[in-house]
Amino acid sequence: MDWGALQTILGGVNKHSTSIGKIWLTVLFIFRIMILVVAAERVWGDEQDDFICNTLQPGCKNVCYDHFFPISHIRLWALQLIFVSTPALLVAMHVAYRRHEKKRQFRKGDQKCEYKDIEEIRMQRFHIEGTLWWTYTSSIFFRLIFEAVFMYAFYFMYDGFQMPRLMKCSAWPCPNTVDCFVSRPTEKTVFTIFMIAVSSICILLNVAELCYLLTKFFLRRSKKAGNQKHHPNHENKEETKQNEMNELISDSCQNTVIGFTS
Amino acid sequence: MSWAFLRDLLSGVNKYSTRIGRIWVAVVFIFRLLVYIAAAENIWKYEHDEFECSIKQPGCENVCFDHFFPVSHIRLWALQLIVVSTPSLLVVFHVAYRESREKRHNQKLYRRPGEIDGGLLCTYLISLILKIGFEAVFLVLFYKLYNGFNVPRLVKCDMRPCPNTVDCYISKPTEKMIFLYFLVATSCLCIALNLSELSYLICKYSKKGYVKRYVRKHQ
Repeated sequence: MDWGALQTILGGVNKHSTSIGKIWLTVLFIFRIMILVVAAERVWGDEQDDFICNTLQPGCKNVCYDHFFPISHIRLWALQLIFVSTPALLVAMHVAYRRHEKKRQFRKGDQKCEYKDIEEIRMQRFHIEGTLWWTYTSSIFFRLIFEAVFMYAFYFMYDGFQMPRLMKCSAWPCPNTVDCFVSRPTEKTVFTIFMIAVSSICILLNVAELCYLLTKFFLRRSKKAGNQKHHPNHENKEETKQNEMNELISDSCQNTVIGFTS
Repeated sequence: MSWAFLRDLLSGVNKYSTRIGRIWVAVVFIFRLLVYIAAAENIWKYEHDEFECSIKQPGCENVCFDHFFPVSHIRLWALQLIVVSTPSLLVVFHVAYRESREKRHNQKLYRRPGEIDGGLLCTYLISLILKIGFEAVFLVLFYKLYNGFNVPRLVKCDMRPCPNTVDCYISKPTEKMIFLYFLVATSCLCIALNLSELSYLICKYSKKGYVKRYVRKHQ
């Protein structure tokens, strides 16, 4: 059990995301989770062992370390990644719920059900409209909030994003003001700035996706209002069904099957 | 053998759960198991090495550490995760029993072996009550063993062979406290989810039973 399990779950959500959402997922996997596991954990691996204070007083090092690092960068990033990935689960659950309902209809032998077998229901990709649109939009909104909160927490806790080489500590039991030296400060600063930069890119992607969804929503509404005005009895169902079939055919050629199915 | 086993077990349970049950599984996976493995384990990794007492007397540090941490927080956390996930096995066993019964008699005995009704409903309710019980027990254990969920920076120790009262310093106390509070919060969330699932099932099936009796009476 590790980040791979989260990757499997999020991979299933990928199928039902917009293009911007897919880019966001790629950035999350490659530039955040992978960098965290492969590089950042090594840089912070020896942080307390190599945190050295200029005193032999037992306990002074522990207390100073705790004072300057109430929660380690690496743990904060891990929590940030977990919280930021979680809203995508809302979408996964909603999709699973819709699939479950369609399977139930199919099993009851409902004439309205347009699927030939259960496999087709499992493979189907749902469009982001109706209640799924609201779930998707709220998930993006929560992602934005979590990203912003964690970035602010970082800034607030560590007084900026730079890791100083030397910290002066006078917490008890240190006898007086003592010099404490952080291990690998430059490398840590580089990685901190990198993670903050990628976080900002993710925030921008989420904002862009939100704007895209809102624009699409308003355009669809005005189109519907326009259609109803000019052709009140116009039958759109055949047209949308043909569009759906075309999309299914093109999607089945492109998409790989990674599913978080219930 | 690793946490992957627990993950597979919970995935299996997911199939036979209600919606609230699936949310519970997601919370346990992501906010408890994943946080434990990705973050918490590393905080407590070198807790003994980094536990420092202001004395050179051999053995004093060992004795004091053992006195203040009879069972480490992280081990208790791991035990809690395992024990709390286990009652779900009852449901899996019951469904397997139903399926083997159908196979033995070679006929369809149940509408769907995984459907929560009759005996399986009782098993499910018992598993929920056990989960709630275990969560509560572990929370109380944490509270009693460590005098609350606070991790102090300094503890005073006067166990033999320490010559007199000695100052001992715990490593990363603030970080440990943050994660302990996180553990408590997720535990309480899981208790709330289990309680709501319990009340949902009781209401649903007592309503069903009442309607059945009402229809029978009027027939």
